[in-house]
Amino acid sequence: MKLLSICLGAAVAIAACAKGSDNSANDSTSGAAAAAASSAGGSAGLTGAGATFPYPIYSKWFDSYATKTGVKINYQPIGSGGGIRQLSEQTVDFGASDAPMTDDEMAKAKGGPIQHIPTVLGAVCITYNVPEVTKALNLTGDLIADIFLGKVTKWNDSRIAALNKGITLPNRDLVVVHRSDGSGTSYIFTDYLSAVSATWKASPGKGKDVSWPTGLGAKGNDGVTGQVKQTPGAIGYVELAYARQNKLPTASIRNAAGQFVAPSIAAVTAAAAAAAQKLPPNTDYRLSIVNAAGAQAYPITSFTWILVYKTQPNAEKGKQLLDFLKWALRDGEPMAPSLDYAPLPAALVTRLDSTLATIKVGATP
Amino acid sequence: MTEVLARDAAHEAAGPAPTRSSRSWTEIGSEIGDRVYSWSITGFASLVPILVLLIFVAVGVAAWPALRLFGVSFLTSSDWDPVAGHFGAAPAIYGTIVSSMLALLVATPLALGVAVFLSEFAPVWLRQPVAFAVDLLAAVPSVIYGLWGIFVLIPILREYVMPFLRDTLHLGVLPLFSGPAYGSSMLAAGLILAIMCLPYISAVTREVLLAVPRSQREAALALGATRWEVIRDAVIPYARSGIIGGVMLGLGRALGETMAVTMLIGNRHEIAASLFAPGYTMASLIANEFSEATGDLHLSALMAVGFVLLLVTFAVNALARWLVWQTARER
Repeated sequence: MKLLSICLGAAVAIAACAKGSDNSANDSTSGAAAAAASSAGGSAGLTGAGATFPYPIYSKWFDSYATKTGVKINYQPIGSGGGIRQLSEQTVDFGASDAPMTDDEMAKAKGGPIQHIPTVLGAVCITYNVPEVTKALNLTGDLIADIFLGKVTKWNDSRIAALNKGITLPNRDLVVVHRSDGSGTSYIFTDYLSAVSATWKASPGKGKDVSWPTGLGAKGNDGVTGQVKQTPGAIGYVELAYARQNKLPTASIRNAAGQFVAPSIAAVTAAAAAAAQKLPPNTDYRLSIVNAAGAQAYPITSFTWILVYKTQPNAEKGKQLLDFLKWALRDGEPMAPSLDYAPLPAALVTRLDSTLATIKVGATP
Repeated sequence: MTEVLARDAAHEAAGPAPTRSSRSWTEIGSEIGDRVYSWSITGFASLVPILVLLIFVAVGVAAWPALRLFGVSFLTSSDWDPVAGHFGAAPAIYGTIVSSMLALLVATPLALGVAVFLSEFAPVWLRQPVAFAVDLLAAVPSVIYGLWGIFVLIPILREYVMPFLRDTLHLGVLPLFSGPAYGSSMLAAGLILAIMCLPYISAVTREVLLAVPRSQREAALALGATRWEVIRDAVIPYARSGIIGGVMLGLGRALGETMAVTMLIGNRHEIAASLFAPGYTMASLIANEFSEATGDLHLSALMAVGFVLLLVTFAVNALARWLVWQTARER
């Protein structure tokens, strides 16, 4: 496998030289293989499009990978919806999404069956602005659902007070802030609320855009944060990386095991590890891991996925894509925590390696 | 008849006619040149209406599935639920119109005041700097207005203006000024739009007022009018159609504004009587949901919103033309 990637690297380097670029060929001596690959191949480099949420870690991966192998990957963070559309139309080599594709969407893809590859984990934090409270609040899933349904309207509601003994809660109006733009963050959050509240599941349900029963809509994580910071009494949700980088106050949430867990990278990976243990052998990885079991598991978490066709039509690009994915799972995952993403649990990485081996690469033209 | 004679005379005076061959070559040359010129100009000119037509067709075709499925209820329903697949754009249509009207209501008197001051009262040394500063408002990117709105305007509205209107002035008894003050609201969106369309209205109005002939003012002064009467009875009526044109230009700006409004309006699918309540506009709805809309129906519904917005702006422009034409004819 290593030899293959070196060959490909050389092929790309030579192809780049032929185009008048000043890239120097790397240390591979397998010139014959390189020449064969470059004569067979079309344009070097891969293109992808999709989710904005994992863009920081993906661009770090693409950058490191290009430095190491010379394979350039061009990724457009246009949103999960756009990524799925472009992959379905086969205008990109891979897509990326924060929500798994529906069966309907999978059926419409023009290039055949699609494989979901989880890459990193995201989590959603509940953030709030209660000037009177300085300690982290404890919340439960059904309480969060009732707040976002508009059933709980005051901060000193007896249900909030019961979970936070010793904290004096003010008689303030709760102002719900949600995302106004379609977003994977909303998907994870509403997926969780649907899992813990039957009322929420019935309506509004889960989705990247839902019909919010109450509150103000703000655009983007920064919009929600701005609105929460500006409005005393506000409560909203933002993704973990954003909350950590901006040092926002976040609530600890009671998980399926009954423990109150603060959002952290370790708690997110723990949720994925608990979910991964129960994976059936023939999984397509389109699984929801909200409200996962495990004493340390943070409950509002989700995978984010790279989407690839199970049969790669272009031999050269298919190989490049698989090599990149293998590299990302092995060498890319350790970079995740530095950018506040939770890496996949080790057991899952091993399983994904064998899944990648099942992807067929089309015959060399 | 006399014209023809005069032309002939001019022709003869210009000297002897050129030889037949050279004359025909120049004639042919200039004729071809004229034709190419007129064709290309006609082409360029018709390109714009064709583009407008194509935009209508493209958006209309994309919007058709949603419009056919929901029919009139697309315009009247407030139920926008992408999960269940119900789409009704009434709150967004209402919000677009109300926020724009609110903007005009606030901006028009202000802009008119600025323009009258600059064209009639301001000393010459002050005219340029103030005019420049007002024009500069038009150059500020809308996202900057949005940020300013979130961090300055909204806290002021929430802490001072809204409680003042509702409680101190007791306007809270009216539905228009009732309800909790979140800050993000139709009022905030209307005010930011007012600031954004003010420079357009005032710039046009200023130019129009400056174009009013001096004799108009002098005649009024000669009749013993005060300065105020000159402006009210002689200058502004003369400039009325131009002023209406400027107001309509501002309205066009307000209808289409997206970013700043999205940041301030609260993005809520609800028609509320209160200006303190959050709302939605068509432009912000499209901007918010388009990138993540995966379902065909959801996409089509957003296109339908775009189509309605296109129709509304078209109608407003037609109305503006008609108003300008009417007032110009009255005079």
